[in-house]
Amino acid sequence: MIAAYVLLLIPFLGIVFFGLTGHRDDTGKVNIGLNTLSFLASLWLAVKVLNIGSLYSADQAFLIDSFNVYLIMLTAFVGLTTSIFSGPYMAHEKELGKLNDRRLKLYYSMYQGFMLAMYLVLTTNNMGVMWVAMEGATLATVLLVSLYRTPESIEAAWKYFILCGVGIAQALFGTILLYYAAVQIGDSEHALLWSVLYENADKLNPDILKIAFVFLLIGYGTKIGLVPLHNWLPDAHSEGPTPMSAVLSGLLLNDALYAVVRNKMLVDGATQNNSAGLLMMGFGLLSFLVAAVFLHRQKDIKRLFSYSSIEHMGIMTFAFGMGGPLATFAALLHMTVHSLTKSAIFVTVGHAAQVAGTQDIKKIRGLIKTQPKIGWGLLIGTVAIAGFPPFGVFTSEFLVLLATMHDYPWLAPLLLLGIGIAFAGLFRHIQPMVFGEQPEGQMPVKANLWPVMIHLGLVLWLGLAIPDFLANWFSQATLLISGSTPL
Amino acid sequence: MNIEQQDFYTQAILSMAALIGLASFLMLGQGRLLRLIFVFALQGLLLTMTAALSAYSLNNHHLYISAGLTLVLKVMFIPWMLRRQVLAMHMNRDVEALENKTLVMLGGASLMVFSYYVLHPIVQSSSTIMVNALAVSLSVVLLGMLLMISHRQAVAHVVGFMSIENGLFFAAIVATNGMPMVVELGIAFDVLVAAVLFGIFFFHIRTSIDSLDVDRLNRLNEVDQ
Repeated sequence: MIAAYVLLLIPFLGIVFFGLTGHRDDTGKVNIGLNTLSFLASLWLAVKVLNIGSLYSADQAFLIDSFNVYLIMLTAFVGLTTSIFSGPYMAHEKELGKLNDRRLKLYYSMYQGFMLAMYLVLTTNNMGVMWVAMEGATLATVLLVSLYRTPESIEAAWKYFILCGVGIAQALFGTILLYYAAVQIGDSEHALLWSVLYENADKLNPDILKIAFVFLLIGYGTKIGLVPLHNWLPDAHSEGPTPMSAVLSGLLLNDALYAVVRNKMLVDGATQNNSAGLLMMGFGLLSFLVAAVFLHRQKDIKRLFSYSSIEHMGIMTFAFGMGGPLATFAALLHMTVHSLTKSAIFVTVGHAAQVAGTQDIKKIRGLIKTQPKIGWGLLIGTVAIAGFPPFGVFTSEFLVLLATMHDYPWLAPLLLLGIGIAFAGLFRHIQPMVFGEQPEGQMPVKANLWPVMIHLGLVLWLGLAIPDFLANWFSQATLLISGSTPL
Repeated sequence: MNIEQQDFYTQAILSMAALIGLASFLMLGQGRLLRLIFVFALQGLLLTMTAALSAYSLNNHHLYISAGLTLVLKVMFIPWMLRRQVLAMHMNRDVEALENKTLVMLGGASLMVFSYYVLHPIVQSSSTIMVNALAVSLSVVLLGMLLMISHRQAVAHVVGFMSIENGLFFAAIVATNGMPMVVELGIAFDVLVAAVLFGIFFFHIRTSIDSLDVDRLNRLNEVDQ
């Protein structure tokens, strides 16, 4: 359990340290160092869970089981690689005169603040603390969205703040209802602990929990970016600094979905049917289809990929909603490969935007000639995210499709249609950006593409062969969530 | 069951619920920002009283801390901060022309009915006071949203946002005698940080569009220009 405390302590110290020392030339490197330490702590935690199973802290405030430990590792990993990218990127932005030392100090301390909030969402056993941490993640990132202080970025940040703030307030109402149902059956001191609730789920009042879940889904769903609550997402992603878009897409959305799934497990226990799942399926499918269509209309490269994030979050919500072992396994896998691919794409997109000096899709052309590494990175990343074999996204989408054909065959054509529309939407924009005529004045930039290569390499590996221990892990988590295992 | 047959505590809580709901309606129809802030502070005070009453009647001491936090945050700090902004922007004399005021008020009333409808399924398993309190707090949440939709000033949006928090807090006190302490402290911390961030944002919005009218934040959209 010490590992979990260490994991929470490192980013906390990071906030304090960056807040006190201010921005210096090596701050980016210190940030990488801190994230490396967090990643090591998460590995330590993962090994322990793998060996001895679920861990509780002494006061039961923290719970590490097979479901969250792999998300903790994923979070720490993406946090680490994004910090490797963010060092040179932010230095370049400073050279361009877009940022000054004070804002970089804010950026680095809030980067750690965001990581702290994410780890807390994942490790806590208390549903109330989970809400607090989720809101904390909004508060930490809202000033980062407006980091450039342009009118557009301030508008995006305001929208993000208000929409997510109001949205997540619904989740608090849901949590209060959950607590209300819990105090009716037991002592109030431990009534919000997930493990206690889960043990007594069948005794909770199903009527109250059904209402509570509606609010929880709307609340956390705002952060997942489910249509029609998604309005903030493309704005926040496109106006904030690119490393922020990478962690928002790769981590925040996942962790919000994690919160929904944890709650769904409780509700399912109380209602003994999948009514909560049907709600998730509806929202998921709607988000998936709407986002796929919207991909076609985008003009800004970061907006394009944020709609792609909405689309993929839709698939995951849909799959978790179906709730069978195969669908759950697929959703867990999809969470992983989507995070890895999407953060890799945002890293390349950030560089591409620096090469072209703009985020306007029409003005970014011929990347493969200007800087082949970035061109290829963008192309391969897009191929992976569109769900081509042999990448991992293909595997997970295929599994989702299989599960759909088994449980709800009449929804399978809709899924296929959406995947097709999304593929066309991505490639009509990417094709000219990568291969088109190179405009004048497009200059190569200093780029560190290691994070991209590592991420895409991992996604490729997961597509070709999921290693034994990982498959085991996924099926343990599946067992926990859906009650049986697909393997 | 008649309200006269309930004990004193229940009657008091029900009256508080009614007053807090009323405060939300007052805010909804309020075009002057300073009065809006005043009514918001009043709602905070009612909430503080509810928490203190609950702490006293149920002998639940940690609710005194919640009451204190509410008093400091929602009755003093946030209204003070908002008032300062309004005076600094010389908006204290402006009357915001609310469009379709009648329609908004009718909408508010139907939201209240809707809240009762939503919480109707739990009538069997709960006492009258719970259903009423939960329904009122849900309608305060929804009325807060309606307030944000119908007003255009950023200050009014913050008031709406914070009154949503008020509604949630009322539900937490009455239905569950307060959340566990760690959660309440966390929520209070979030509210405090949010209030500070709002202050920073006012400054940024003012320097960027020279006004706090959020209708002018309209650069980002999906529609082709």
